[in-house]
This record gives sequence, structure tokens and C-alpha cells, in this order.
Amino acid sequence: MNANPLTRSDPRWLRALLIALTVLFLGLFLILPLATVFLEALRKGVGAYFASFRDPAARSAIRLTLLTAGIAVPCNLAFGLVASWAIAKFEFKGKSMLITLIDLPFAVSPVISGLIYVLMFGAQGWFGPWLAAHHVHIIFAVPGIVLATIFVTFPFVARELIPLMQEQDTDEEYAAISLGASGWQTFWRVTLPNVKWALLYGVVLCNARAMGEFGAVSVVSGHIRGLTNTMPLHVEILYNEYNFVAAFAVASLLALLALATLIAKTALESRIRTGAQAVEPLEMETIA
Amino acid sequence: MSIEARNISKTFGDFHALRNVTLKVNDGELVALLGPSGSGKTTLLRIIAGLEEADADPSSAILFHGEDVSASRAGQRRVGFVFQHYALFRNMTVFDNIAFGLRVRPRRQRPTESAIRKKVEELLHLIHLRELAPRFPSQLSGGQRQRVALARALAIEPRVLLLDEPFGALDAKVRHGLRRWLRRLHDEIHVTSLLVTHDQEEALEVADRVAVMRDGRIEQEGTPEEVYHRPNSEFVMDFMGNVNLFHGRIESGKAVFGSLVLDHAGAKVPDGQGARLFVRPFDLDISRQQNGLPGMKARVTRVQLAGAQVRIELSSESGETLQVEMPHSRFRERAVAPSDDVFVTLQDSRIFLEEQTHRGEVS
Amino acid sequence: MRILTLKRSSILPGFGLTLGLAVFYLSLIVLIPLSGLFLKTAAMSWSGFWHTVADPRALASYRLTFGAAFVGAAVNAVFGFVVAWTLVRYRFPGRRLLDAAVDLPFALPTAVSGIALTALYSQNGWIGRLFAPYGIKTAFSPLGVAIALTFIGLPFVVRTLQPAIEDLDAGMEEAAHTLGASRFQTFRQVIFPFLLPATLTGFAMAFARALGEYGSVIFISGNMPMRTEISSLLIVAKLEQYDYAGATAIAVVMLLASFLLLLAINLTQRWFSSRLGRSAA
Repeated sequence: MNANPLTRSDPRWLRALLIALTVLFLGLFLILPLATVFLEALRKGVGAYFASFRDPAARSAIRLTLLTAGIAVPCNLAFGLVASWAIAKFEFKGKSMLITLIDLPFAVSPVISGLIYVLMFGAQGWFGPWLAAHHVHIIFAVPGIVLATIFVTFPFVARELIPLMQEQDTDEEYAAISLGASGWQTFWRVTLPNVKWALLYGVVLCNARAMGEFGAVSVVSGHIRGLTNTMPLHVEILYNEYNFVAAFAVASLLALLALATLIAKTALESRIRTGAQAVEPLEMETIA
Repeated sequence: MSIEARNISKTFGDFHALRNVTLKVNDGELVALLGPSGSGKTTLLRIIAGLEEADADPSSAILFHGEDVSASRAGQRRVGFVFQHYALFRNMTVFDNIAFGLRVRPRRQRPTESAIRKKVEELLHLIHLRELAPRFPSQLSGGQRQRVALARALAIEPRVLLLDEPFGALDAKVRHGLRRWLRRLHDEIHVTSLLVTHDQEEALEVADRVAVMRDGRIEQEGTPEEVYHRPNSEFVMDFMGNVNLFHGRIESGKAVFGSLVLDHAGAKVPDGQGARLFVRPFDLDISRQQNGLPGMKARVTRVQLAGAQVRIELSSESGETLQVEMPHSRFRERAVAPSDDVFVTLQDSRIFLEEQTHRGEVS
Repeated sequence: MRILTLKRSSILPGFGLTLGLAVFYLSLIVLIPLSGLFLKTAAMSWSGFWHTVADPRALASYRLTFGAAFVGAAVNAVFGFVVAWTLVRYRFPGRRLLDAAVDLPFALPTAVSGIALTALYSQNGWIGRLFAPYGIKTAFSPLGVAIALTFIGLPFVVRTLQPAIEDLDAGMEEAAHTLGASRFQTFRQVIFPFLLPATLTGFAMAFARALGEYGSVIFISGNMPMRTEISSLLIVAKLEQYDYAGATAIAVVMLLASFLLLLAINLTQRWFSSRLGRSAA
């Protein structure tokens, strides 16, 4: 069962012990919580489970989550494409700083990610008075939720594309240019197909985070039932009302999303790995 | 369609890749740009193609048939560029690769899809790869990929064909085959071509004219025959093939290299001027006795019989290693063996005065 | 303005457009809001700032947040090492499934993990009830916070170590073996030092993530000020009272801590790569 040549040297008792520890640790910290979600959701039976979704507040939470992801993911996808072209195909001063800035949202706590938008657009914020005067609501309304979600999911696509595009050399693009293609044609027909799996991977991760974000959205949302609650926020509300079955029911949808994300992630990872390898020239043959 | 590059210079930071280079390729010619790495040949090619920009200089220009194209972009120059590592579009089939240049034309200039198909099929026939049209580049061998790259470049009916070490990444046998094929192709379609290579055999075999480059300058330009047999500098002679090198000096109108004394007809040279003698291995002969030709004593150290010619290594009186090449038939007449003491005589040679080594500064 | 420094790329089109768009988007979404944060803090008086930041409630939250994050990251460093080792070097049924599952804390929304962990570890929960008889509260206590933060940091150590373990040169181990080293010696003196940089990096990343964590913690912690209130929650509490300045002050402290941590990670990686000739993660 041990294909790795290194493992021949690890004694059997050690192997058994480590495997047992691994299974226990991962089982305890990963599998059990996941299972709990579904078990708690079905605690009062399948009927009660499905009844949770007939609640209009739950439905609007689902709609809002889909809407938010539906805006945030394409925006960040476009950004990722644009930024990776600039970064991977050109040399310029400040490039490494740009790359660091792109990673910034990862270093910031979700609550702080929401806070900064409250500071800008909240009632006491910079633009607060101006917005109030024009009856534009950002904080405690849907636009704020979308903005905060864009912020926290912003790096995902770019982070997948940039290293891959940097690794692939630019000869194909030069060839396309020399054959008369415009920049746009080159990007669309040559560059993009070469990174399609990494692109999809980034989109999958971006989407998972966009739908599941809690901290940042919680701060900007205002928790107005039926209006400014995404699914994660709705889960919180239900839980705090001790409506456990409904809370876990909605949570189970999110958990299913997480599982789908993991499956997509695993499938795409192997595609990306084979695609990034340089294609080796094959052996010789004679000329016809 | 002639190509003319005038007064081209290019620096990358502190590195001078090209120093005021001027080159002309006549209509229908195939010229080889030959030189070691760092000589600037690829840079010059890319500048002609429009893939790089030359340093700004009012006197510099790139002319295609007299028309200045320096200001137009790579796509507008209608050059066919063949990359060293093929640069085939890996996500497209062979067919789509070749058709690419035609498909990306602006709508008004774009041929119909059936016209494109016809053209691509013609080219596939030309490169003998018709059955491989639906394959992807990863499914082809190196030689096949390079042929597709060439067909792709030819599809746009380029005014000039520029090849950047096109066979560099291939195995020796494939390389030789493709070289001959390229020459035949050129004879058929007569597109003005410029080929960059570091392999002097390739340049000599394929090109109508050769330009030898070194350190950003053209050392010598001429037919393969001129460059090989009448090199104007040590660098060119040494680069074009194996040489035996002797150090000596000029004395009273004669060039003296140890026991070898040669007439030196040339400009007046002061006595004691250092000189170097370059002799090709096949311009040396071996004999048992002195026979009137200029020569030196030497002892045979090694005889290599495997190969198209016989290679003999000798050690001269002054301890220098000599290499002699001769056909098998002549070797059988000479019948020498290791440890034999013989005379090595010169048929032909080139003498370069020591200051001449710096005389490569032609543009 | 000629900001392009190197050679080739000036021929490919689209530089100005793409860079411009990217910088514009970045400024709009990231830079301007973030600078708002610092400007707000600059507007506070120093004593006001200090008063908020060094308040007993704030200090208690730091102790809890940093302490629990540290414990979580440490547990992950140890067990994550075991998990990474096992997943890379051994084959057993279900290995691939477990390997994919490691990413669960990344993929699962924090609110979901929050309520799931609470359900598990509360007094009536499957695990909580095992410890309740001994007076150990696994939920609504600092321990609960640590447990949640362990969950959240789990993938960092494992995913950082896996490539490093895959990179282990079988030749090194064989060489040590032929020179007479015991298994333990080989591990301690050859293998572990090789894996130390990746372990430290994973630890630091788990720690950094745990510092800012909100969703998975607030359900299991109980959120009692001075006892089980994490710093992120303190920020939210202040916001709900419209104490923007106070919230911002705490946020700045947290950001500073994250920043220093990232710096430490970078420096550690650079130190290791200069000493050992390769990057840490």
C-alpha cells in the first residue's frame, strides 16, 4: 500500500500511529463539525428541514446572497484578468508593491474590512452627510454589502492567474502579434485559453468566499430581516432566536456549497498542474 | 522585397546589444546572421520584425523595399516570424494555428472561411503534414512543430521571412533534414529571408550570403565561400571552423613561426611585429621527408579513423598540438601511425598580424 | 511617462489600459477605504486613542485573542505536521478524501462552522458532554475560542508543509541511514530542520488568520466582555454604539499586529532562504 519509496523506511508502528492520529484529528476537527450541520438540520425530521426554506426571510436571504455573489465575482474576475495582464506581461516600477497590495485583503480581519466602509459611507462617515442628503443608502443596505464582499473576495482570481501567467512565457503572444493580431485578439484567443483552468479555480474560490462571508457583511449590513441579510447573517439571526433547526437548515445549504467548492477545487487542481508543465519536444523523425 | 537595416543600435541598460549595424538583404535572398550568443543577431532580427524597438536615432531606419517601416507595429509589417521554440498556440489545432494570421485580419481584409481553408490546406501540403491538421501541438514532434510554425508564418503571405534559430531546439538528424528542406522551400517560393543561427555549418549550407556578427557588430559579410575561405579576421576564421593556431613574428619580409618560414607579401611591416598563423586541418599534409613545401617536424600522437575523414593529432617540436584532416584514400598512401616522426606541410593558410585582431570594427 | 523599465514588453499592447484600470479599481476598493481608517485615527487625540486602546476591556480582549490564537496555531503546528506527514508519505484508504477535506475551513462559511462547533462543544453537544462532568467548559469559555481558532487555522500548516515534505530528498535520508544514523536522529537532525521554515510559516499564517477571525468564534465564545470577548467583537460592539473612533482605534491595533506578523513571516522566510539556499514555503 505504500507507493512512496521514502515510506519503506518508516516502521509499521509509527505509520499506524501517525495515520490514527491524523484520522482522529481531522475527524474531530473537520468531519464532526460538518456532520453536525446536517444532523442538527434534520433533527426534527425532513419535513421541518424543508419548511425552513419556505420562510420568506430565508428566501430573501438566499436571493441577496446570490445577488451579491453575482456582482462581486464578475467584478473581481474582470479585475483579475486586467491586473494579471499588466503584471505578468510587463516589467515596471512598483510591480511588487502592486502585487502586495492585491494580497492586502487577506491580511485584514473581516470585521475591519467592513469597518472601513462604515467609516466612509456610514452616517458619521466621510460621505455620510452627502449620501443622506441625496437619499443614497450604502451602509445598512445592499450596496454596502456588495462593496464589502468585493473587498474581501478581491484577490482570489488575480492570485491564481498571476503566477501562472508569469510562469508561461510570452512567445505565443509575440507570435500572435507578429501575425497581425490586435492586443485584444491576442488576449482573447491566445492568453486566456492558456489559463482557463486557473481562471475557473479562482472564480470558484471567489464565489465560495463571496457567498459565505460573514464578518465584513455583518458590520455593514444592519441585519434588517428580509432586506439586508445574506444567508450567513440569516443563520446568525435564526440561531440567536434559538430556532436551531432552521438555522442549521440554511447552514446546510452553505455547507453543500462548501462541499461543491471542494470538489471543484480538487478537480481543477489536477488540471492546472498538468497544464502548467512545459510541453517537452518529442523525439525525432525524418522529413517526408 | 529587400530588407535594409540602417544604423541600428540597441542597448539594454548597460549592455550594448547592437552597435550601429547596417545590413542589406536583397530581394529573394536568404541571408544567415551568424555569430555566438550575445553577438546581437537575435536582437537585430527582432528589431527588423518589430518585436523590439531600436534605440532612437534619426539616421536609423528599417526599410522593406525602400519603404520605411520603423514606425509601424509588428503586426502591420507583414513579416513571417519563426521562433526558436515554435511558439505554437497550444490551445489550437495545427489547422487553427496556421489559419490564425488570416482569421485575425480586420473584417474588411479577411478572406472567407473557405478561402482560408484552401490556403491552409495548400500550406499543409507544402509542409507534408496534411494528416496532422486536427492534432494539437503537444501531439507533434519537434520537427513537425517547426514546420507548422513555418507554415503559420507563410500563411499571411509575408513580405519577408525571419527565422530565429529555428532548428536550435531539435536533434541533429532532424536539424540536418530540416535545413535541406528549408533550402528547397526557399528555392521554390523565393521569399526574402533572414535566418539567425549560431551554427556555422547551417549558415554555410543554407544561405546565399552570410553575415558574421560579434559583440553587436557585423565582422564580415559575403557568400559562404568568401567567408569560409577568405576570412578577414581571426574571429571569423576561428568561428567558421577548426583551425590550427601558431604564434610568431614578421622578420625581413618573412613570417616566422618556429621552424616554419613563409613569405609575407603585404603592406610594409616593421620587423618584430607579432603575427598569428591560422591553418585549416585539411590544409595540412603529412609526409615522411621534407618536400620543399614550408613545414615543420612533428610526431604523430593519435589517429582517429572513425568518421568521414581521418583525423590525425600530432605534437610539434615546440610542443604545440596540431590537427590534420585528410580523406581516407590519402591516409592510406601516407600510412603513418602513432609515434612516427613526420613532416607537416602547409597547403594554404592565413596570417593575421596581431593588431588585426581588433580590426573587426566594420559596420 | 516612461515607467516601463525592461526591454521586450513594450511591444505587447494594453499596458497603459490594464495597469490604469487595475490601479483605479484597487484605489477605489482598497486604498481609499483603508486610508480612511488611518485618517480617522489620526484625527483622534493621542490620549483618546490610548485611553481606548489600553482600556481594561480592550486589554482583556487582546489577552484572549492573542492567547487563543497562539494556542490554536500551536496545536495546528504540531498536529498539522503529523497530518501533512501522513498525507504525503503514507497511503491508506480514504487518504484522498481526507486530503481534500483539509480545505474545509477555507471553504466553509465562518457562520456555519461557528454554529456547528457550538453545537458540538456546548454542554449538551456530543463532545461537550464528555467534558462537562469534569467541570471543563468547552464552549462559552476561552477554551471554546481556542478550539474554534484551531479549526480555522488547520489548513494553513498542512498546506504549507505538504509541498515541503514532498520536496524532501530521499537521497538525504538514505545518506544519513548509510552513515549510521538512527531513524530518530535522521528526523531530528536532517528532516526536521529542513521542514522547520515551512512549519514556522504555517504557524504564523494560522496565527495571523486567527487574530482577525470573527464568525466561527462569536457563537462558541459566549461574548462576555472581560472574559470571552475577542477583539473583533469589541470593534463591532463599539460600532453598534456609534463609537466610530473607539472601533477604529482597536482596529488600528489589530492591523498593526497583523502587519508586524506578516513582516515577521517575510523576514523568517528570507532568513531561512539565505541560510539554506531555498525558500521556506
